[in-house]
Amino acid sequence: MTSLLSTEKTGSQVEESHPPGGFYRWITSVDHKVIGKNYMYTALTFMFIAGAMALLIRTQLFNPNGHVVGQQTYNELFTIHGSMMLYLFAGPFAFGGFANYIVPLQIGAPDMAFPRLNNLSYWLFLTGGSTMLLGFFTASGAAAFGWVAYAPLSSNPYSPGPGPDLWIVSIALVGFSGIFTGVNLVTTIFYLRAPGLTMFRMPLFTWSMLVTGILILVAFPVLTAALVMLYADRHFGAHFFSVQGGGVPVMWQNLFWFFGHPEVYILALPFFGIISEVVPVFARKPIFGYRGMVFATLAIAGLSTGVWAHHMFTTGTVLLPFFSALSLLIAVPTGIKVFTWIATIWGGQIRFGVPMLFAMGFIPAFVMGGITGVMLASPPIDFYTHDTYFVVAHFHQVLIATTIFAGFAGIYYWYPKITGRMLSERIGRWNFWITYLGFWVTFMPQYLLGLRGMPRRIAVYSATDGFTFLNRVSTVGAYVMAIGMALFLVNVVRSWRRPVAAEDNPWDGATLEWATSSPPPTHNFHSLPPIRSARPVWDANHPEHSDAAPVIAGGDESAH
Amino acid sequence: MRTESRIYLGVGSFFLLILIVYFLWSKESTGSVLLLASAGLGILPGLYMGWWSRRMRPRLEDVEVVEPLDISGVVGTFPENTIFPFTLGIGAWLTGLAFVFGVWFAVIGMGFVLGAAVAATVESKRASLAEPANRPAPGGDGRLRDR
Repeated sequence: MTSLLSTEKTGSQVEESHPPGGFYRWITSVDHKVIGKNYMYTALTFMFIAGAMALLIRTQLFNPNGHVVGQQTYNELFTIHGSMMLYLFAGPFAFGGFANYIVPLQIGAPDMAFPRLNNLSYWLFLTGGSTMLLGFFTASGAAAFGWVAYAPLSSNPYSPGPGPDLWIVSIALVGFSGIFTGVNLVTTIFYLRAPGLTMFRMPLFTWSMLVTGILILVAFPVLTAALVMLYADRHFGAHFFSVQGGGVPVMWQNLFWFFGHPEVYILALPFFGIISEVVPVFARKPIFGYRGMVFATLAIAGLSTGVWAHHMFTTGTVLLPFFSALSLLIAVPTGIKVFTWIATIWGGQIRFGVPMLFAMGFIPAFVMGGITGVMLASPPIDFYTHDTYFVVAHFHQVLIATTIFAGFAGIYYWYPKITGRMLSERIGRWNFWITYLGFWVTFMPQYLLGLRGMPRRIAVYSATDGFTFLNRVSTVGAYVMAIGMALFLVNVVRSWRRPVAAEDNPWDGATLEWATSSPPPTHNFHSLPPIRSARPVWDANHPEHSDAAPVIAGGDESAH
Repeated sequence: MRTESRIYLGVGSFFLLILIVYFLWSKESTGSVLLLASAGLGILPGLYMGWWSRRMRPRLEDVEVVEPLDISGVVGTFPENTIFPFTLGIGAWLTGLAFVFGVWFAVIGMGFVLGAAVAATVESKRASLAEPANRPAPGGDGRLRDR
């Protein structure tokens, strides 16, 4: 071990240094670990609120002609449920929470490149996210046009009142927060890596976050611009999206989905990165095909920006063969990833810890959602199933597989590092199995409902439609899932009240975050191991199986 | 820097390729403009980094075998706690609410934003001067030392 960072300060600084405590410290800290944890707490809170809305939606659909909530309230519920899950939970949880906390540790950096910008990002996220919920307290109610806000439904004549405006402001603030985080991530990964940590030695989670950061910079500004245009249409008499003034409503869809489809991968790639960290550690093998995984990640990012209009096949205004072909192509790099994970597990000495259980559960769940995505990339199938529950089931399976199953794999994997405490394995297993069972019971019937013609976003259906039984199964599944999710809270509370201390490297991890204490000190590291491969901690702990580059006497030639 | 440059150039070139195919095939303007902007977003920083990577020695993080000691130094000279991002965030939020509840919100919000921006700049300058390398030379004219 060699000393990397000295945290000693000069005399004048020591005199000036009065670290605040408690609430003021929480508000003012620019430490990436504090901000990362804030992101995680906030995003998980939004997730549980949006999950409660999902239960209300499913309860409404349990019986034909359900009257748990009114039709307007139902529209508000599915709008805010979708908006919170996508804008306020899935993305910020990954690139605000995990990335903030883990990336600087994995690259051996003392903090993010722009710590104060990082803090500002969090406050924009928190205030923006809360603003969305304020809509429920206005006389006209919250936004009720779906998370995609299609024009002209989202224009003033059809969606009047402050609720939709609050939604627009909320998404704009959260969008700026995302852009700032993207800038911060890319800069940190490009310029703050530890010496010897070349790009092709970076952990795959860090690679995923780098590519996610670039995608954020491509996608989010487009959404912000579209929101400005929508607001101008609503209040300044502009006609970007209204036919009366010579505008084009479909332009909103083009702009939105140019953001929206990369957004799907902004949500998914970080969680792919988590699986790529968990699987090799628990299979006790290096990842199979490191470079293949890196290039697959880059290929997914590139292709994701060229497929936006596959959400618009039924508008009749898009180039079907172009978007269909590119959408089908995405299956290739995604398939590379899935086969790489399987090949890594193959022949490994597998430990079925809770993180590995969630990772193993993720693979079939994601493949099921992905395969139906390939089906939907084919225009004839899309024409038949567009705006039905088939699509609802497809994207819920993709998103829950990534954000929940891969997300929980990450939580259980890094919880000891973040808190210095272990979560209960026993409760964790129940957490996994009950959530997993509920997941399949909830969404498989929705494919059948879609094929039988049940449209999405309807508050009631008739008893004669033949949808009743499958809807009831789906609702029961949703409640089972909720019980599984509640067990996670039980586990966290238990670890808080009866702490079990975690070692610095409880899983025998291979990447740099496991080279520091649990939880890490201010500025992360007192010392770093030499970095001569993609698995520096493994090299230090298992020199007999090390794959480190040999040291050349007289120094490295490439340095001169 | 070379790998970083190639990533940006690769992504930008791919966008350029699909822009050409898409525009010639569809003649659709919204998507073409967005693809053009995305291609520029990739190619510009890619060229900039590539230009520099040919004119500088490899950074330590790009060298295969190196000792961590080589970049040892003092960290944490910038403030670990500061109220100004929070103030700026609240100001931006209030300014955002002005678009819903009336322009008087913006008056308060912009006050917060401007105040926080000025204060954060002053804070940066003070923190920068606290770094040994940036301290004015003793007995000098108060200017920063030439680095």
